[in-house]
Amino acid sequence: MARFLLLRIVRALVTIVLVVTFAFVVLRLSGDPAQIILGPEAPPEAIAAFRKAWGLDDPIWLQYLNYFGAIAQGELGRSMRDGRSAIVLVTERIPLTLALTVPALILKLGIGIPAGIYAALHRGSLADRIVMALAVAGFTVPSFVLGLTLVLVFAVQLGWLPSGGQDSWRHAILPILTLGIGGAAVLARFTRSAMLEVLGQPYIRAASAKGVPWHQVIWKHALPNAAIPTVTIVGFMVGTLIAGAVVVESVFSWPGVGRLLVVAVANRDLAVVQCILLLVAATMVVSNLIVDFLYGFLDPRLRSGAETAKAET
Amino acid sequence: MIGRTRIEPLVSAENLRRTYRSRKGLFGATTDVRAVDSVSFAVMPGETLGIVGESGSGKSTMGRLALGLETPDRGQVFYRGLPMPPPGTGEWRKLRQKMQMIYQDPLGALDRRLPVLTQIREPLDIHQPAAARANEEAAAKMLARVGLSPEQGARYPHELSGGQRQRVVLARALMTRPDFLVCDEPVSALDVSIQAQVVNLLADLQAEFGLAMLFISHDLRVVRQISNRVAVMYLGQFVEEGSADDLFAEPLHPYTRALVSAAPQARSAGKAERVVLAGEPPNPARRPAGCAFHPRCPVARPECRVTAPELRSVGPARRVACHAVEAEILSFGEVA
Amino acid sequence: MTDQTLPAATAGEPIEHSARARRIPLLVWIAIGWLVAMVIIALFAEALAPYRYTAPDLRNRLAPPGHALHWLGTDELGRDVLSRLFISIQISLLIAFGASLISAALGTILGFLAAYFRGFIEQVVLMLADFQASMPFLILALSVLAFFGTSLVLLVCLMGLFGWERYARIARGLAISANAQGYAAAVGQLGASPFRIYLRHVLPNIASTLIVMMTLVFPEVILLESALSFLGLGVQPPVTSLGNMVGYGREYITRAPWIMLAPAVTIVLTTLAVSILGDHLRDKLDPTLR
Repeated sequence: MARFLLLRIVRALVTIVLVVTFAFVVLRLSGDPAQIILGPEAPPEAIAAFRKAWGLDDPIWLQYLNYFGAIAQGELGRSMRDGRSAIVLVTERIPLTLALTVPALILKLGIGIPAGIYAALHRGSLADRIVMALAVAGFTVPSFVLGLTLVLVFAVQLGWLPSGGQDSWRHAILPILTLGIGGAAVLARFTRSAMLEVLGQPYIRAASAKGVPWHQVIWKHALPNAAIPTVTIVGFMVGTLIAGAVVVESVFSWPGVGRLLVVAVANRDLAVVQCILLLVAATMVVSNLIVDFLYGFLDPRLRSGAETAKAET
Repeated sequence: MIGRTRIEPLVSAENLRRTYRSRKGLFGATTDVRAVDSVSFAVMPGETLGIVGESGSGKSTMGRLALGLETPDRGQVFYRGLPMPPPGTGEWRKLRQKMQMIYQDPLGALDRRLPVLTQIREPLDIHQPAAARANEEAAAKMLARVGLSPEQGARYPHELSGGQRQRVVLARALMTRPDFLVCDEPVSALDVSIQAQVVNLLADLQAEFGLAMLFISHDLRVVRQISNRVAVMYLGQFVEEGSADDLFAEPLHPYTRALVSAAPQARSAGKAERVVLAGEPPNPARRPAGCAFHPRCPVARPECRVTAPELRSVGPARRVACHAVEAEILSFGEVA
Repeated sequence: MTDQTLPAATAGEPIEHSARARRIPLLVWIAIGWLVAMVIIALFAEALAPYRYTAPDLRNRLAPPGHALHWLGTDELGRDVLSRLFISIQISLLIAFGASLISAALGTILGFLAAYFRGFIEQVVLMLADFQASMPFLILALSVLAFFGTSLVLLVCLMGLFGWERYARIARGLAISANAQGYAAAVGQLGASPFRIYLRHVLPNIASTLIVMMTLVFPEVILLESALSFLGLGVQPPVTSLGNMVGYGREYITRAPWIMLAPAVTIVLTTLAVSILGDHLRDKLDPTLR
């Protein structure tokens, strides 16, 4: 178990290093950072000074290491638009994004998991078919189409809710629904197949053949085992709490991190983009670690053995 | 001097050792498993050396080492007196024309997506890609030689029976006219009724092509039928080696005696009592100290637990590794 | 994220064709029909479109669907929605198809390299695959677009990086098991070069699995392209794509929802059709994929 977690922490660090490397490589490949950051009209002296200040004349490996150092100290540069610190710009948007994604996550869990379990237990029933059809729709309807459809129905046709902005809680309802419905469908499909897999296992059939009451078979044996794969997808959803909102925030003009990213990309505001990239990677890595930790509790094989570490590599 | 030139062995090996390292987890402790340990052998042109032993005795690893598919950790394999090139090199690939393998599972050894005739000609396509026309004719000829019809040649592996598939594998192996063949349990996956046909075909082809063979099997009856000499393996080592007739008629090592007595067809009638092996089957990961066989040996002595016996000559072309054999020979003398 | 080494036997197991298994469900037929229509439209978009997709008709601006001259209506400049839709289908499918081919080729090559070299190279490939799988691709794509700006070629290449890790894992797993005891090892033993083993033997044997994988990834590529274009960061005007049309049509959602609905419905139906076909192929050809 300790070794398993150690391995996962090493992996998390590797992911972070890869993200930073990715940012570094993309930054270097895209041209002269001095020119990009100072703009094309910058005088040559300014560029030379910038190059010197940022160590751009150093050998590339030293720049690479310095880049790590800068990030470790939280020096993520300033926005090109208003000169404010990128990290401040991004962090002040985080609560707005979480205001959408956390309720949406609750919605996903609250609808998706029960629907998946119900569908699995009543396989082939009308409810199962409906859940499956909706789940397929959840996969194939892009979030911006879903969001705009909701706008068309509830804002344009019925006039019940506002179509965009963030002036009141009512503005949050449609974005939350958009995020939640799509995710719930994915989660329902996932839970259903995890559950069906478990229900097909010999030990479940053995338990019910031995006369263990069915509800007890479900609660004691099937659910905990079906939880293992489900935790993965939930972990992934938590990891994408910030990234997942990019499109929906744009649809509803919600000024969260996602919207900030889209605007920053359009303006080539590199410091902000880089900062969000690192933020997303960090959430992802942390949620993965939490999932791995939960695995340790859910999967008794992991608690004792190093078996899976082998299966992993 | 004329007529006295020594025949050089076609394939020989000295003191081979192959160790597999198994590891628990990424940072786990490693355990070394010696699949083959201190094995030496020589196969003369046209000769068949049979290797018998239980599963886990290292006989398949032996075959792979002899073909150069794996590199030994210690020791060296020689083909016509030259050291085996490392696997995957150009030289190694070229040498494949001279040495081939027959597998236990012919279906696994064949590509399911290609008609078998295409696969039979593949060795020629690999080694002489220019002669497409000649390759096709040669493949058709070989197909007939192993007893398959042109119509069967157009089929896919899964459309053939097990015996027919093994004929395909044989045909493919012989396309480049090799002089050395390693057969790893070539008939054990086949129906008993088919086994004899394939073994007979193998024997015919051996005579026709002048093949030397390493014939690996746990089936003593088949080994006896086709081998000139036989070596018995136990936990990675040869415990006894001799001519097929001698070895089966008068097994010296207690393990060999147990094997021979357990295989009714291999035993010459009434020569030995049935010896039942006691104890656990051998596990290469947990190798006993001293003589590896001592925990199951009916005639084990105190020294067997401490010192491993050397493989030494006990008569012409006969080698055995057992502390107790000196006395045993006497007792055999009485029986005979 | 685990990777599994699939047994070679499952890759090309001959399928017992019973009459029942061979029959294709109606839904799959409909999906195939829709996709064929889409491909025909994509191939002959210019010929099929009633107008040039950029041609304005100032007298008939924001005409609703069912208009005598413009079946699906017109947009704010009076451009024919049907014509724009055809061209958008062409561009979107082109990008999705090009990207899928790139990612399948890239993933398969990396998977084969991992299987062939093992050791360090394998670990690097697996690490990159882990990284790719754990990072939301949209964010990576947006970062690249921020640094490089956007162009059609860059967009195709960028989306060609999407999903490669799935092909890589499958290709690696299948190639390793083919090498371990199967036909690949046997052919290697005949003296074949690695190129011959991988291209002539392993690739045809795992092709059906890769194709199934492609039909599973393809809808996601369409969705990704449409999302990027919707955000205004993908295909740039005057070129149009499905996501791009939805993005611009959004401005007129109150007055002319058909501008946005036509491409939106097309996106949904196309991804749905590919998914249905993919699921069907997976069940028929390769039940080991999930």
